[in-house]
Amino acid sequence: MSRLAAVTGIGQTQYKSARKDVSMAGLVHEAAERAIQDAGIGWDDIDAVIIGKAPDMFEGVLMPELYLADALGACGKPMMRVHTAGSVGGSTAVVAASHVTSGSFDRILTVTFEKQSESNAMWALSIPRPFSMHLNAGAGGHFAPHIREYIRRSGAPAHAGPMVAVKDRKNALKNPLAHLQIPDISLEMVMESPMLWDPVRFLESCPSSDGACALVISNEKLASEGPNKPAWIRGMAMRSETMTCKGRDEVNPLAGSDCAKDVYAQAGIKDPRREVDMAEVYVPFSWYEPMWLENLGFADEGQGWKLTESGETEIGGSIPFNCSGGVLSSNPIGASGMIRFAEAARQVRGTAGEHQVDGAKMAIGHAYGASAQFFAMWAVSSEKP
Amino acid sequence: MRDVAIVNYRQTVPVRDSGPVNELQMLEQVIQGVINDTGVALEDFDFVCSGSCDYLAGAAFAFVEGVEAVGPFPPIKESHVEMDGAWALYEAILKIRTGEADSALVYGFGKSSPGYLRSVMSLQLDPYYLTPLWLDSISAAALQAAQCLNSGTLTEADMAAVVARSRANAKSIAASQLKGDYSVAELLAEPTMVSPLRKHDCAPISDGASAMIVASPEKAKEWCSQPVMVRGIDHRIESSMPTLRDLTRSESTSIAGKAAGIAGVDVQFAELHAPFSHQEILLQRALELDDKVDLNPSGGALAANVMMAAGLDRIGHAASMIQAGRYTCGVAHATSGACLQQNLVAVLEAAQ
Repeated sequence: MSRLAAVTGIGQTQYKSARKDVSMAGLVHEAAERAIQDAGIGWDDIDAVIIGKAPDMFEGVLMPELYLADALGACGKPMMRVHTAGSVGGSTAVVAASHVTSGSFDRILTVTFEKQSESNAMWALSIPRPFSMHLNAGAGGHFAPHIREYIRRSGAPAHAGPMVAVKDRKNALKNPLAHLQIPDISLEMVMESPMLWDPVRFLESCPSSDGACALVISNEKLASEGPNKPAWIRGMAMRSETMTCKGRDEVNPLAGSDCAKDVYAQAGIKDPRREVDMAEVYVPFSWYEPMWLENLGFADEGQGWKLTESGETEIGGSIPFNCSGGVLSSNPIGASGMIRFAEAARQVRGTAGEHQVDGAKMAIGHAYGASAQFFAMWAVSSEKP
Repeated sequence: MRDVAIVNYRQTVPVRDSGPVNELQMLEQVIQGVINDTGVALEDFDFVCSGSCDYLAGAAFAFVEGVEAVGPFPPIKESHVEMDGAWALYEAILKIRTGEADSALVYGFGKSSPGYLRSVMSLQLDPYYLTPLWLDSISAAALQAAQCLNSGTLTEADMAAVVARSRANAKSIAASQLKGDYSVAELLAEPTMVSPLRKHDCAPISDGASAMIVASPEKAKEWCSQPVMVRGIDHRIESSMPTLRDLTRSESTSIAGKAAGIAGVDVQFAELHAPFSHQEILLQRALELDDKVDLNPSGGALAANVMMAAGLDRIGHAASMIQAGRYTCGVAHATSGACLQQNLVAVLEAAQ
């Protein structure tokens, strides 16, 4: 990247199934206000607003950024809307940061949200179109065959996925913002929960949440002068690949590993397993933890589940994954990617509270979308390069 | 900051209803078109960015199929905005300014014919206060036009003159849906559709797609003989509540124009994205364009208005006219939202 940028403010809402106390505008304003306060600035200090969310049909509002301009203090300013499927939360952070790294802006606000309670995401994802592949059963139905193929290839034991579900929900108990709080979560409970899309059980799936996440991203000078510790963006990348074609591997997509390699190269990371202190990775269904451990280079192909099984991805392990509880515990779809990016930044700023990884210096935020074909990632660090 | 240049631009011939031809087929046509024209390959682009709207296709994630027109395998660096392609161009320009990319492919597309566009656009208003009233896009524009007429900002004859010029200018452009010679008197004799708007005051409904190649000045010189420099580009938004705005002015256009550096150049022509005739007059005033500036030499949005591409088309037409040697410097504009809520202004100039 040509210019340095850093996260100087982070704001998140409470995540829950229905935020009936706020409108969509109230929801995004809540996250944005918190990020601006955290950055120690005022609304006038923001040069541009970049907003992201998943499909408009999830709320039934077409290009909702138009309606949200007032709530985000964007009137008279540039406002941009990003949409890249489930990866959008991460992509929005990357596009927002490029406003600063391009030298075009000094300090921007970026916000992502979903208010799933306004509509029904499963319905919105299942509208048939002529001559198009029909996604009949929402995201879980689409990804289950990919997961089955992963299990076939790796020979992973049946409990590896459920172990992720337990670990992430235990982490969520340390995160007061997390949607799902299941104090007595156990392997038995997960494995006895109803089968939704074989092999994905009810408790191995992400919830439907309302929520918003916001970041203030500043240039080098402003970040150095700010009142709070910045999280320096050391590398960021996006990759897309086709949905179906000969040679594409849906289980271990090239776009995902390319994206990771690009970020590691920018950040000077040679051995991610050793040099990355924690990662917030997009795991909407439990089995995606071992799958992404491999795709992102933390484990060799077919070996990811062993890291999960041996507890290496827990807080205190060698590569903690999703200390905040992850997408499995809170899933306002459009914001879910940015929450990963924000939680990575919280860790390196040392402000993650009870789910803080001691001494985390380098952290990864990751998101993916559509048929595991869109990827966005960044590496943030407490250390300025 | 690094300069950016436009290398090439193509659009499909916009039609009221493309029938069985889908978005993907239209995109393939223009993407292959700009690539072949330029003599490059898909893998030569460092970045790809597009603009579209799921609601036009009536399905969530409809844009995902747009990516298939690029055939991204092996994987590419790619992004999408749920906005007009003009904003995809803006994102691509940021990317080139970072130094991470030297070139980008930008596209926008929309097939509005399967739905009832006026009503679909109601869904972009405040969902709690305005959408339930089903204030459609033409009615919202009609309220704005009425305010302009009542306040003496402009007259119905002024609006008809915009339409007459647009249709006449469109005769020189192959890709225009509405063209021909009409007198102001003839147009004013037509009945109103949504008072005070007559049917010809409203942009047609168009199906189509557009693609553009942009690059760093060095790369652009390598790829074409006459790159068009983007001297400045800026966009601004205003309140979503029409009642909180002075609808007889376009304040966000004024701010964007100033920030894009319009004052520092000799503007010879302007491609203004005005889907309604009265809006072209508001935009002309917001950008302080005098009588010497040719307005919408392509015919503008009143001649063809592909949703999610019409803004990019203004920039594309402006670049093409500079490349053709008709002008050396001009302004292009894109709009989004009801009553010109969001506006983008770009200043274009022939490379020295």
